[in-house]
Amino acid sequence: MKSKKKKKEKESRRDFLKKSIQLTAGTVLGGGAIASCTNLEAGESGEKIKVLSPDGKLMEVDRGHALCCETPSSAEVRKGIPGRSFVMVIDLSKCRNARQCVFACNKMHFLPPGHDWIKVFLMQDSEDLSPYWMPKPCFQCGTPACVNVCPVGATFKREDGIVLIDNERCIGCKFCMAACPYSSRVFNWEEPEIKVEANYSPESGVPQRMGTVGKCDFCPDSFRTGTLPDCVTACPNGVILYGDKNEDVVTNGVESFRFSELVKNKAAYRFMEELGTRPNVFYLPPVDRMFPVEEGFENIPEDERKVYDVKRAHLKKFDI
Amino acid sequence: MSNQEIAQKKLVEIISLYQKPSLFTKIFFVFLLLVVLLAVYCVILQLIKGQVVTGMRDYVVWGIYDVNFIFFIGISYAGAMISGILHLLNVEWRKPIIRIAEMITVISVIIGPAYILLSMGRLDRIFNIFIHGRIQSPIVWDVIAIVTYLGCSIIFLYLALIRDYALIRDNTVLKIPRWQKYFYRKLAATYMELPEQKKLLGKALTIMSALIIPLAVIVHSVLAWIFGMTIRPGWHSTIFAPYFVVAAVYSGTAVLIIGMWVFRKYYHLQEYITEKHFKYVGTILLVLAALYAYFTFSEYLTVWYGSESWELEVIHKLFDFNSYAYLFFFAAVGGVLIPIILTGIPFLRTINTITIGSMVAVIGMWVKRYLIIIPTLETPLLPLQDLRPEYADYHATWVEWSITAGGFAVFFLFFIIFIKFMPIIPVADIAESHVKKDFISEKL
Repeated sequence: MKSKKKKKEKESRRDFLKKSIQLTAGTVLGGGAIASCTNLEAGESGEKIKVLSPDGKLMEVDRGHALCCETPSSAEVRKGIPGRSFVMVIDLSKCRNARQCVFACNKMHFLPPGHDWIKVFLMQDSEDLSPYWMPKPCFQCGTPACVNVCPVGATFKREDGIVLIDNERCIGCKFCMAACPYSSRVFNWEEPEIKVEANYSPESGVPQRMGTVGKCDFCPDSFRTGTLPDCVTACPNGVILYGDKNEDVVTNGVESFRFSELVKNKAAYRFMEELGTRPNVFYLPPVDRMFPVEEGFENIPEDERKVYDVKRAHLKKFDI
Repeated sequence: MSNQEIAQKKLVEIISLYQKPSLFTKIFFVFLLLVVLLAVYCVILQLIKGQVVTGMRDYVVWGIYDVNFIFFIGISYAGAMISGILHLLNVEWRKPIIRIAEMITVISVIIGPAYILLSMGRLDRIFNIFIHGRIQSPIVWDVIAIVTYLGCSIIFLYLALIRDYALIRDNTVLKIPRWQKYFYRKLAATYMELPEQKKLLGKALTIMSALIIPLAVIVHSVLAWIFGMTIRPGWHSTIFAPYFVVAAVYSGTAVLIIGMWVFRKYYHLQEYITEKHFKYVGTILLVLAALYAYFTFSEYLTVWYGSESWELEVIHKLFDFNSYAYLFFFAAVGGVLIPIILTGIPFLRTINTITIGSMVAVIGMWVKRYLIIIPTLETPLLPLQDLRPEYADYHATWVEWSITAGGFAVFFLFFIIFIKFMPIIPVADIAESHVKKDFISEKL
């Protein structure tokens, strides 16, 4: 038994090495999927369908070509990608609020500005501590409050750790939004401003629908097509690392790290551990920061800066 | 005269008191219809355009629809608790006012859930709750509890009506349209005032009133748990369920007093609903006000003393005069102190002052529900940054106010319609106590 386990470990380690080579070469996790896709020429049907490319463009492809990458069945979507356990590690020492993650995510999911799934907050934990920028996607909690309260199972937790929303089932009661302590969810108060026609899957989240809830979905659709989430690749400083806990690897598309060592060596933490939500997003503390915090304001329009007034917006939060 | 004859005489007497609607009632009726029409227009507008027409946004996801929901479910306690408890205790003076109380219950349990439907983004998918319902969600608890509660309230109201319907069916003096007679005949369900029937009916009523009290407690508890089960400041409190239950009985009793006042005045029931009733129910209100004040004090004192920063932020908003302090002091202090003074000090205690106290209590309770929902939602854990500025706080729009007004209009409309078909005073019961009284005085 023991040797079997060891063997397995060895295998996964080898797997990790193999993967990280792939990763550093620029092709990313699960890179084989695209290749196998193009091999299926025999199945051409002549019928064209519209699909959404990972970079947010609509493409017309043959149905036969699309088959292997077509949206997985709803049972598969609810179950998750077998054997995976997705995590994110966000290196706060490198973030300067360039906002590229926000723009890329919005573009990929056809979200208008202000309807962001990933946000960047200016944080200051107390008066004596210095402020820093903190990107915040959905934390994909281990014990998600939103999933517990959903009356219809429209939001669900998968085996690979991802929390998704099925906006074809959502009744719009917004209980999940009230229950989420991190305000990670946004509501489609009206018809989505950006119209898009695409095959809906909870994994892609496109298109959004009026009267339903949306949120960061950790992009399992990108994973299936062998690419990284756009917030990861768009970041100029490689702040966001995405990966698989089981494989013990996280990457920002340029560098890859062994997840367990990274969180150990850099003293990673999860935001407000005491809430008991067990997030799958880990933060590396903002030590030895690469950029002064003021630089982050450059990307914010003058008239919107007043909400970042540290004294007003933040100290009030943690240090009354 | 036999008992039946006395009862028939009473029936004619009572019904003719308010059979012909006054001019005021007619004008009021038309006005209410207009308000309802406006609300219907707003509902359609919301269904077409989406909830963008409301003031709710990503942080404040629930607004005055949910305030109204809790409010109406709260006032439904009039029938459930007051009528149920007084029935179980067999209090004689309850008889002239229980029909009003039970009507308040049924009507408000019909209106309340309508608001929760309006606060849903996809009304067209409501049946998903039955198809995909998950028992771990407090919303599903709520659906189960409210549906049961509504059913039992209707049964309770109907059982108490059977004897009166039998009276109307057998009546030969009153001019009742033929189609109505048909329904009364069906609804009276062969009740003939036989001793056996009377005993069975009495038993059924006792069982229902015993059943409806725990049901009412459950309904408001699970409603409180919608908030209490979340990890958010101002909501995540262990006393929320009993706090909500006490608040509900309090507001229900206050609404009952207002109802008594309105019916007494506009339907000329001075002979049946007397100052005594106001004083008795006023005393119940006094006790509940004190109990509610105790809960409020206990809730906010512990949170403030503990001083967790996130919790404290909500408390600071409630006590900040640039924020919610005026509303808070009106609801939490005025809303209990004024009723306590008006019902508690003997020389201030008149029919009118008790009613004014009740109105303050009812308005205060509506505001208090607002203060439970909105400030917490306006206080997220993470700073209010990176958002559209208008998303930060909540201002109800005219659409929401119109629909709120519509709900209250429907409440009054239902009353005007209901009493057309249900004697507002339980005639058979009243006649019976008259006979009993005469019998006793004869003996003496």
